[in-house]
Amino acid sequence: MQGWATDHPILEAATLARIIVITSGKGGVGKTTTSAALAMGLAQRGHRTVVIDFDVGLRNLDLIMGCERRVVYDFVNVINQEANLNQALIRDKRCDNLYVLPASQTRDKDALTKEGVGRVLEELAHGYDFIVCDSPAGIEHGATMAMYYADDAIVVTNPEVSSVRDSDRMLGILSSKSRRAESNEEPIREFLLLTRYDPARVEKGEMLSVDDVQEILSLTLIGVIPESKSVLTASNSGVPVVLDRESDAGKAYADTVARYLGDEVPHRFLQVEKKGFLKRFFRG
Amino acid sequence: MGLLDYFRSSRPKGSANVAKERLQILVAHDRTQRGRPSYLPKLQQEILEVIRKYVEVDMNAVSVKYEQEDSHEVLELNIVLPDTAEGRI
Repeated sequence: MQGWATDHPILEAATLARIIVITSGKGGVGKTTTSAALAMGLAQRGHRTVVIDFDVGLRNLDLIMGCERRVVYDFVNVINQEANLNQALIRDKRCDNLYVLPASQTRDKDALTKEGVGRVLEELAHGYDFIVCDSPAGIEHGATMAMYYADDAIVVTNPEVSSVRDSDRMLGILSSKSRRAESNEEPIREFLLLTRYDPARVEKGEMLSVDDVQEILSLTLIGVIPESKSVLTASNSGVPVVLDRESDAGKAYADTVARYLGDEVPHRFLQVEKKGFLKRFFRG
Repeated sequence: MGLLDYFRSSRPKGSANVAKERLQILVAHDRTQRGRPSYLPKLQQEILEVIRKYVEVDMNAVSVKYEQEDSHEVLELNIVLPDTAEGRI
């Protein structure tokens, strides 16, 4: 965990933004939740951050971020030069360092051209510290565009067979079809984020454990987000769950952000919380 | 080990173990396919066609193995010929 933290270019001299893709292959594992939480977490720690929705045609990041009614122009408008970045970027009302670039709801995924995406990222890279790319599910065009320019990848995985398999497939694509792979640069740094983790079910042997998933995928673990009701509550109200500091999921995301920035933070919520009688009685 | 422990440990510990075993096999298989050049299936098909000009072999008689080592790649072809003379054309 420490090796990569020290040579983090952002922590040395702010030059170009670090591009992070949130990917998974499988849908519904928590990519958008993670993108929103990570972007908000980074921004709250003082880093200028922009989060981009690559799911053209099925945009949702704006909803999770709670800015759906402020969308005027989108990513595709900027790529097609129908609007400039300043017109399309939505500044978050809770955090000044955070901007959202929404996806187009009406266009086709092919609207994302490699050149167009590259041009937009290049322009953003000069004004921001981190660019978080929220990938669509699948391994089609939108997903490959989201990961193509990445420096880092967070592979969001549920402790479940199809999700783990798809994550592994995604790792193969990251190591062969990205800009870094094609230009023989240092490969994308890949991290595992395990979401919807239920320690009680793991204890009963009903669910793959953190160690199992790590053993299969052999990736650096950046965080474990426990299954939590607060994730739905947060998305219901358009608040990134990392802002809910009372919830397990919120805390786990805050830890993940800290680890990404190089802090050494022990993993929490991996064991079943032993509830005393009184606690059980009063807190349910 | 007590009687209770015996029952506890001999009982399969949920389905997570099954999931892990299946995934390990699957992921290992997926990974061997990954680094392969895309021409391999066609190569296999054409080699088989050439062989079938001379010897009656079935579709599974040719196996193509591709392995990547540090400095070189190994392409291994394994052809099983029929052991009886009747198989020859």
